[in-house]
Amino acid sequence: MGPLVVNEIISSSTNFLFAFLIGIGFGFVLESSGFSSSRKLAGVFYGYDTVVLKVFFTAAITAMLGLLFFSLFGWVDLSLVYVNPTFLPSAIAGGVIMGVGFILGGFCPGTSVCAAAIGKIDALVFVGGLILGIVIFAEGYPLWESFYKAGFQGFPRINELIGVSQGVLALLMVLVALSMFWVGEWAEKKFPREEY
Amino acid sequence: MNTKYLNPYLGGVLLGLVLLAANFISGRGLGASGALKSVVVQAANVITPEHAENAVFYKEYNHEHPKGPMRSWLVFQVLGVVVGAFISGALAGRLKVKVEHSPKITSKRRLIFALAGGVFFGFGSQLGRGCTSGSALSGMAVLSVGGFVTMAAIFGTAFALAYFVRKNWI
Repeated sequence: MGPLVVNEIISSSTNFLFAFLIGIGFGFVLESSGFSSSRKLAGVFYGYDTVVLKVFFTAAITAMLGLLFFSLFGWVDLSLVYVNPTFLPSAIAGGVIMGVGFILGGFCPGTSVCAAAIGKIDALVFVGGLILGIVIFAEGYPLWESFYKAGFQGFPRINELIGVSQGVLALLMVLVALSMFWVGEWAEKKFPREEY
Repeated sequence: MNTKYLNPYLGGVLLGLVLLAANFISGRGLGASGALKSVVVQAANVITPEHAENAVFYKEYNHEHPKGPMRSWLVFQVLGVVVGAFISGALAGRLKVKVEHSPKITSKRRLIFALAGGVFFGFGSQLGRGCTSGSALSGMAVLSVGGFVTMAAIFGTAFALAYFVRKNWI
C-alpha cells in the first residue's frame, strides 16, 4: 500500500498537497513544543531546558517504531522508502559545521523558519544567514566537490552495521532514548533557570 | 518551565506521527534546508541565468530537477511549516515581532551571532546533505548510518563549544 506516491495511489500533484499539509503539522508541533525560541533550544547544551532532546528522540523512536509496525502489517514497503545515503567524510564535516552554527545561532533551519513565522527577527536573520551559507557552498562548489562526493558507502542502515535485526535495534534505541530522557530530567533539576 | 508549551513527550510523539505520515504518504522524511537550496537555485536561474548554466552546483541541481527547482516536495512542506507555526503561535498568543536574546547581551550581538550561525548551518547542511530535520531526524527514523553520524556530529560539536559562547545563552 504505502508509500502512497511511489505505488501511484496518489498523483505527484496530490503529493505536493500532502507535503503542504504535512508541513503544517510539522510547523505546528515544533512551535507548540517551544522550538520557536532559540533560548529554549540552546537550553539542551547547558542542561537548563532539554526539550530538544525529549522531542527529538521521542519523535525519532515513534517514527521508527511506526515504520516497523507498518511494515510488519504490510502497510508500507520499506524498500521503497527513501534512506539517506552515507558519505562519512562529508556527513561528519557537515555535522560539525552545523553544530557550530547551532551553538552560535541557536536555531536549526526548520526551527528558524518556525520562529520567523511568529515574528522573531533573530530567526529571520538566521534564515538570511542560511541562504548566504548555501550561496557560499554553491559558488565555491568546485573547491569542495570531491570532498563532498568522497567515501560513498551506499544506503546502509545502522542495524546492518552491527548485525542485528531492525526490531532489536529499535528496542536498543528505545532503551537509549529512555536513559537520555532520565539524564535530561536530572539535568533540568540540577541546572534550573527561572526566567528565559 | 513555561507551561504554555506542549508536553515535550507528547510533542515528540506528534512529531513522530507527522514524520511517519511523510514516509507512508510520500516515501520520504521531513526537511528544511533543501527548500532553501531550491530558493537559492531558483534565484540564480532568474537573476544570473548565464552563471546558473555554467556553475557546476546549479547545473547539477537543474539537471536533477528538470521541472524547476521550486517544484519540490520540500518547498511545499516548508510553506506548510510557516503556516503551521503561525497558527500555533496565534493560538498560544506568541505572535510578536521581537529580537529574542539573553538579558546579558544586546540585540545587536544576538543578531550578529544569529547571522553567523545561519551561515555555518547553511553551508554545513549542504555538505552534510541535509540538516537536523532531513539528515538527522528523518535519517534516524529509517536507521540510516549517515543520519546517526550527522546527528552525533551536530549535537557533539554544539556541546563541545557550548562553554565558549555561554555568555550568549546563560
